[in-house]
Amino acid sequence: MILLLLILVPFLGAALLGVWSGADRRNAGRFALLWSLLPLACVAWVGGRSGGVMEEWKLEWIPDAGMDLCFTVDGISWLFLILTCLVVSFSLAASLSSERANRAYFSLILILEGALFGVFTARHFIPWFLCWELTLIPSYLLIRLWGGSGAPRAALRFFIMTLGGSAFMLVGFLSLQLSVGTMDFTKLGNLAALHQLAPALSKTFPVAGMAPQTLLVIVALAVFLGLAVKLPVVPFHAWLPAAYAEAPTPVTMLLTGLLSKMGVYGLLRIFLPVFAEVLPSLAPLLTALAVATVLLGAVAALAQTDLKRMIAYSSVNHLGYCALAIAAVAAAQTDRGAVSAALSGTVLQAINHGIIASSLFFGIHILESRGDGPRGLRDFGGLRVQMPVFCGVSGIAVFASLGLPGLSGFIGEFLIFKGTFTLTPWAAVISVIGLLLTAVFLLRMIRLVFHGPLAARLAKWPDLGTGERALFGLAIALIVIPGLWPQALLQFSNTGILQLLDLLRPIP
Amino acid sequence: MNPAWTILSAFAGVLLVLLLPSRFAGLARVIALAASIVGVVAAAAGCLQRLTHPEAKVWDLNLPWVPELGIHFHLSANGISLTLLLLTGLVAVAGVLFSWNVSHRPRAFFAWFLTIIGGVYGVFLSRDVFLLFVCYEVVILPKYMLIAIWGSTNKEYGAMKLTMYSIGGSALILIGLVVAYAAAGATSFDLDFLASVTYSSSLQAWAFPVLFLGFAVLAGMWPFHTWAPTGHVAAPTAASMLLAGVVMKLGAYGALCVAMPLFPQGFEQWKWAIALLAVVGIVYGALTALAQKDLKFVIGYSSVSHMGFVLLGLAVANQWGLRGAILQMISHGIIAGLLFGIAGRVVYERTHTRDLTELQAFDLWKSLPGAAIAFTLATAASMGLPGFSGFVAEISVVIGLWRAFPWLTLAVAIGIIITGAFSLRAMHRAFFPVRKPSDTPAQILPSLTWSEISAISLLLVVSLAIGIYPKPWVVLIDDGLRSSLFHSILSLP
Repeated sequence: MILLLLILVPFLGAALLGVWSGADRRNAGRFALLWSLLPLACVAWVGGRSGGVMEEWKLEWIPDAGMDLCFTVDGISWLFLILTCLVVSFSLAASLSSERANRAYFSLILILEGALFGVFTARHFIPWFLCWELTLIPSYLLIRLWGGSGAPRAALRFFIMTLGGSAFMLVGFLSLQLSVGTMDFTKLGNLAALHQLAPALSKTFPVAGMAPQTLLVIVALAVFLGLAVKLPVVPFHAWLPAAYAEAPTPVTMLLTGLLSKMGVYGLLRIFLPVFAEVLPSLAPLLTALAVATVLLGAVAALAQTDLKRMIAYSSVNHLGYCALAIAAVAAAQTDRGAVSAALSGTVLQAINHGIIASSLFFGIHILESRGDGPRGLRDFGGLRVQMPVFCGVSGIAVFASLGLPGLSGFIGEFLIFKGTFTLTPWAAVISVIGLLLTAVFLLRMIRLVFHGPLAARLAKWPDLGTGERALFGLAIALIVIPGLWPQALLQFSNTGILQLLDLLRPIP
Repeated sequence: MNPAWTILSAFAGVLLVLLLPSRFAGLARVIALAASIVGVVAAAAGCLQRLTHPEAKVWDLNLPWVPELGIHFHLSANGISLTLLLLTGLVAVAGVLFSWNVSHRPRAFFAWFLTIIGGVYGVFLSRDVFLLFVCYEVVILPKYMLIAIWGSTNKEYGAMKLTMYSIGGSALILIGLVVAYAAAGATSFDLDFLASVTYSSSLQAWAFPVLFLGFAVLAGMWPFHTWAPTGHVAAPTAASMLLAGVVMKLGAYGALCVAMPLFPQGFEQWKWAIALLAVVGIVYGALTALAQKDLKFVIGYSSVSHMGFVLLGLAVANQWGLRGAILQMISHGIIAGLLFGIAGRVVYERTHTRDLTELQAFDLWKSLPGAAIAFTLATAASMGLPGFSGFVAEISVVIGLWRAFPWLTLAVAIGIIITGAFSLRAMHRAFFPVRKPSDTPAQILPSLTWSEISAISLLLVVSLAIGIYPKPWVVLIDDGLRSSLFHSILSLP
């Protein structure tokens, strides 16, 4: 029951904001921020429980068709839930200082939060897809209505590409429903582990001269397409740079911190177990795309002159490592230790990237709030003298993004590479180039923005205020603690990873 | 409270409105609202009763009318009838609320309005095809009046075209029914009796298309759909809502509950043609909507596209298909009502234009944010996004279709994509225009009134309720599908 409450609370908050016509901009923002602490408390409370399934809620949706509204929280879900709570509150706090944010803006963010809770807990395709699509409307409107001058085009492209991807995903799952009569992820995973999906599929859709495996590969590709657009995997990333750059920066924090994680979560929890039968035949393609994502993200980031676009491409690069780990697991499931490392690394990378990337965008938001003007790499310069505290804390976030040991960005990448070096050595070796390039462009950014002679227009910019210090401080704490004590996160993900390993056991 | 109260309340409302002295003409809307609310409550009570007592006998009322000819006043309410009654009641309440500002001859307006509602209730409840046909005809004349007197854009043309098509359809229906009556021994017009007779296959082969086509004209089947967009656009808001929301459903209901059970073999022979026309309608309606300049025409053609799903579900004729067809009837009834209400009342009454280009100057997102939000949600529902009723309906039809005509699924998928495109296009142009800072600022428009807000919320909440938790509706529909009428159809290979 608490799970249903958790999903409904943000919607209730949005509705309250909607009817509270007397609220001005500031009050609406404060209300939304305080309200977003409710689900945080809720999730924290559930986190105290141990074991596989922490919380479950189920309701029949269409009778006699095996379609249920089924939501479950286990360790992996819990990590994504807490990330959602944190990033949403972070973004709401950052929006407080924004001039244009109003009631509608804050209620859309709360709606987005509720939908994300659903995505990270649903264990049946119907409720999952329901929430997946529901994230689209608020994020589209947030980009479209509060974004920069290019926002209409960017938002439309984001909407169309995502919707196109989900259409394929829907068709893929419908074909599974028709052949095995269920869209429950757990049941599908169990059927896949027994190698029953491909035969059932080819029995329902007999195509002359096509092996059962080929048919399942086609379905898997359709589902992959929907997830890949969200992650995004090259070449389905075309919507990302414009959307990230045009969205108001607190919304970009949500896009990169949470929406991209829907893709990672889907690949990990849904794609891998359901299509376990055909993973080896998909692996070459997945590996190639993942390596391309890692490299292209890094190279494109290197070529950017706009700060926001640069961080946007670095996100592509960082989530590329998650795709790399998944591709490696798809390629070879023989070495249990390596697979486990790659999967744990994926979870950790997703969670930590969520915090780090939203901190980086928060830094950009602070710069934007100090004064209008170009956001180029060469438009700042010498900020260290003028805003020493800001440079200190955002420097920590940049180093975490770069993967410095001791900070949270390191641990996920380390585990991913530990796993992939065993499973797909060549892909791992090529992807290391991505790590080097990341260091190059981030260090260049530090040099150009923080150091050098002070640009004239920055001369009056104040350093961080108390509220900003508190927020940034919290974010840094969330970066440092998991870096020094990764067990804090791993203890939650371990049970789920072990279950996943059982479903992926090597084909005899 | 038995389901007959729906019909009674509507006609009692007509009587009261007509008896109203002209000094109190303003009270007509209150009477209409009260009558529609009684109808909704009666329908909802019937649904609840059926849900809580699924084993109980179906409510049935059978009185002799013209016994010599075998005509009976026979009403009966199974799950399908009940859900459709509820839909009619909801659209009626929303329609009255959206017509709260009608000042030109309000008594006549609401009298015609309630007559349509009463006729529609009658069709959904009739179990005697003669009675059904009478109720069906009761709906036609008031439609003409509502459009010709209170309509806009090309109203005489739209009204006449719509009436001509309706009467043409009725003529075909009459032929089909009389043929069945005669072939069955000219003893009874009872629907169950006529459906239990097995007609010769040569008769079925020509009588089925005649009867089905008669109903399908009103359901907006391509290429007999052209009355729908022109009629919807010309009609006053409440009439557009009724036309698209419930009157088109009469056609689909008749096709499902009369034409198909009467001539199952004929249906078997012709179902590929129905499926093909339905798919063409889905794609053609969506493409045409993409090219429209008038917001109401966009919605009008989208209705053709959405009704294509209903016909497709009928053609598929398995459990999923019929379930999906009825769900889509309900879902489209609500969403079309909502879209027409917003475009025709909320926006048009304030801006006096429905042209997508001219609307840009009003910058509706800034000047009328409530309407923009409501239209965005309605668009999402119309596109069939998960969480809204359209998704449940379309997914059921598609699952059914996949079993019967797998290759048509591809065309339907294309239709769904184009639906997304035209819905977004219309929403953007009308409500979220791209404006330069140099443009003259938009004028302030009066904000939404309580009647508009309550009508919008009523329809949105129902669409969301079906989309999030369709189980009770599906249970009711399945209950109706267990009726002996559908045995012959559902047992087809």
